[in-house]
Amino acid sequence: MKEFFHRRIERNGIGFVLAIVGDASIGGLVEIAPLFTIHETVEDAPDMRLYTPLELAGRNIYIREGCYACHSQMIRPLRDEVERYGPYSLAGESKYDPPKLWGSKRTGPDLARLGGKYSDAWHVAHLMNPRDVVPESVMPRYGWLKTNALRIDDLGEHLSAQRKVGVPYTDEMIANATADARGQANPDGNEAAGVGERYGEKTNVRAFDGNPGLLTEMDALVAYLQIVGQLTAAAHQETAAKEE
Amino acid sequence: MIGQLTVSERQSALIILLFIVLWGLSMAIAGHGDLLGPQGWIVLLAGVLGLFGVMSGYYAPEPGADRLTRYYDDPSKVGIILAMIWAVIGMFVGVWVATLLAYPDLTFDAGWASFGRLRPVHTSGVIFGFGGNALIATSFYVMQRTCRTRLPDQLTPWFVLLGYNLFCLLAASGYLMGITQSKEYAEPEWYADIWLVIVWVTYFVLYLRVLMRRKEPHIYVANWYYMAFILVVAILHIVNNLAMPISFGSAKSYSAFSGVQDAMTQWWYGHNAVAFFLTAGFLGMMYYFMPKRAGRPIYSYRLSIISFWGITFFYMWAGSHHLHYTALPHWVQTLGMTFSVMLLVPSWASAGNALMTLNGAWHKVRDDATLRFMMVAAVFYGLSTFEGSFMAIRAVNSLSHYTDWTVGHVHAGALGWVAMITFGSLYALVPWMWKTERMYSPRLIEVHFWLALAGTVVYVFAMWNSGIIQGLMWRTYNDSGTLAYSFIDSLVAMHPYYIARAFGGLLFLTGAVVCCINVGMTIRMARHAVKAGAGGDVPVLAPAGE
Repeated sequence: MKEFFHRRIERNGIGFVLAIVGDASIGGLVEIAPLFTIHETVEDAPDMRLYTPLELAGRNIYIREGCYACHSQMIRPLRDEVERYGPYSLAGESKYDPPKLWGSKRTGPDLARLGGKYSDAWHVAHLMNPRDVVPESVMPRYGWLKTNALRIDDLGEHLSAQRKVGVPYTDEMIANATADARGQANPDGNEAAGVGERYGEKTNVRAFDGNPGLLTEMDALVAYLQIVGQLTAAAHQETAAKEE
Repeated sequence: MIGQLTVSERQSALIILLFIVLWGLSMAIAGHGDLLGPQGWIVLLAGVLGLFGVMSGYYAPEPGADRLTRYYDDPSKVGIILAMIWAVIGMFVGVWVATLLAYPDLTFDAGWASFGRLRPVHTSGVIFGFGGNALIATSFYVMQRTCRTRLPDQLTPWFVLLGYNLFCLLAASGYLMGITQSKEYAEPEWYADIWLVIVWVTYFVLYLRVLMRRKEPHIYVANWYYMAFILVVAILHIVNNLAMPISFGSAKSYSAFSGVQDAMTQWWYGHNAVAFFLTAGFLGMMYYFMPKRAGRPIYSYRLSIISFWGITFFYMWAGSHHLHYTALPHWVQTLGMTFSVMLLVPSWASAGNALMTLNGAWHKVRDDATLRFMMVAAVFYGLSTFEGSFMAIRAVNSLSHYTDWTVGHVHAGALGWVAMITFGSLYALVPWMWKTERMYSPRLIEVHFWLALAGTVVYVFAMWNSGIIQGLMWRTYNDSGTLAYSFIDSLVAMHPYYIARAFGGLLFLTGAVVCCINVGMTIRMARHAVKAGAGGDVPVLAPAGE
């Protein structure tokens, strides 16, 4: 009887290694590679704006504190989700998000349409002690955000690294990153005007934590939370078009 | 320990440690004022400690040539101890974060102690700390026996084991400081990732060198799995962690992938970390320790071939089932779902093969808690792979996704399969390696077994209940056509289950502590035996097949 073919493979170490690599590579190649080439993967959103340096710093605090472990930012096109949270998420909305923060678990609610839903003061109170505003909440308190000064000296480097991975920040945005972060949280200061010029007039320019004198991590995080889902109106338009 | 290295190996060790010191120092200097700085100090400290360790034993007499007649098991011994330390740390943090979900104020008022930073300490601590060390330790042991050859040198295994633990330490300490990439199960930042690549490639080369020197014509099935684990984890780790650091003086980087591409790459990684770290590696463990302990050959050679190639092929397609109904293109979701369902075939082939191996040894399963650990592990492997394929079906997933059901499923696999097979293997391995007749206390193994099983069952049932209730509450409508429950209603309903879950975890943790005591006492027993001159120190010629 002919020798069972697998007996031969088992005798060759390198051959076995190559067989594993070949066998295991196919799935990833077929599923991932096309996503980078097929244009239809990501919808166009011409009105899309980029995160301001302050919002990006806030997003990094969101990452640092592990908020994504309990909050998703990906609304599925299911009736109950759209009614509960808002228009379902589109791929284009996170095309400038390295990394994406879609999340995988909802210990707390989805946040994809959080921006503009509550006041800054609500967010600050909620982050200081969630149970002050939602008595049943199990979210941690984040009191230290209110006292930690925000690090802004390296924001230019952040923007420039983002540009290297495909986010179209301009030279001007990179050069003014630190000033724009200060300006966005201090509406009466002389650096506030530049933020609107570079990121659009609709950009929120406010003392997010209620104290324009000190730029804190709370300012940054609230600035970010207020812009989540607000960078483009594409999702709202798509849902409206479907309903007609 | 140092006494067993040859002089040239001691010199190489010093050079490597010097490089590590320099690496730590440059990170500490460049990262001054950034979170990278403290991470540099950790590396520096590890390097200096290592230097002191090697120097203190530098002038010890060289080992004799008779060492080459014995397998080299010291790295495995240390690996087992490290695995148990990480198990207790990781599971303790797990119980803590589980308790926080029921009682959110049971913590310190500081960043490091908040849920979001502790959670990755738990996940990485148990997956990479406990699981990884157990895999490395057992793989060194198994590859020498099944290839009937000694590790090719004595320095490389130490580099792999201790270098890997440096990675784990950087990861865990980094999370507490707030360093994370936010990619689940791949949270460590760029500098730690690069270090892991170096360690992992060395591990792969070491494995290959052992295979090349084997005196056994055929590569045993356990080695197929260990090799697939090492190889594919390398591919996954490198691709998923491609990122651009903001500068060499910063711990922060931005992923090379955005949005939908990032999501797909991340879950291709995430799901296959489950496949090749938590499944393939531990199947390697099972294929060696279960037949050895049961005293029965593997039931079917052909089944093991089918399941091996099936698992390596099908798993790589399945990651996209984590992204059902998201903005990922529909065809990719459908492919992921299809392959996830097909995956049941090789998975059950493995589980069935394991259980059939016990035919003729069921009386041993009844009497021997060690073997019972392995048997229950195979059962949970079968159950959780069935559950996984089921949850990957789009319609089921619309209910289960984002809920505690997923958490329950993961823990059915992690506690029921991964931890149980590890404990079973360790209870078999520790007496073999320390050359004692048996574990210190078979009764404590029995206690551990029931604690572990009860903990797993309580945990999984609590999460099934909470997950399905959550999913149903979110989609329930009133007669008037509006949503019946607010989100907070569903959270309030979770409270009793979160308490039950923390309790189940506590049982499991207690079991792990019992295991530590038992392993520690066995090692002490072995030391006493050596002092008394009984067995232990007698050179044992490497017996074939053991």
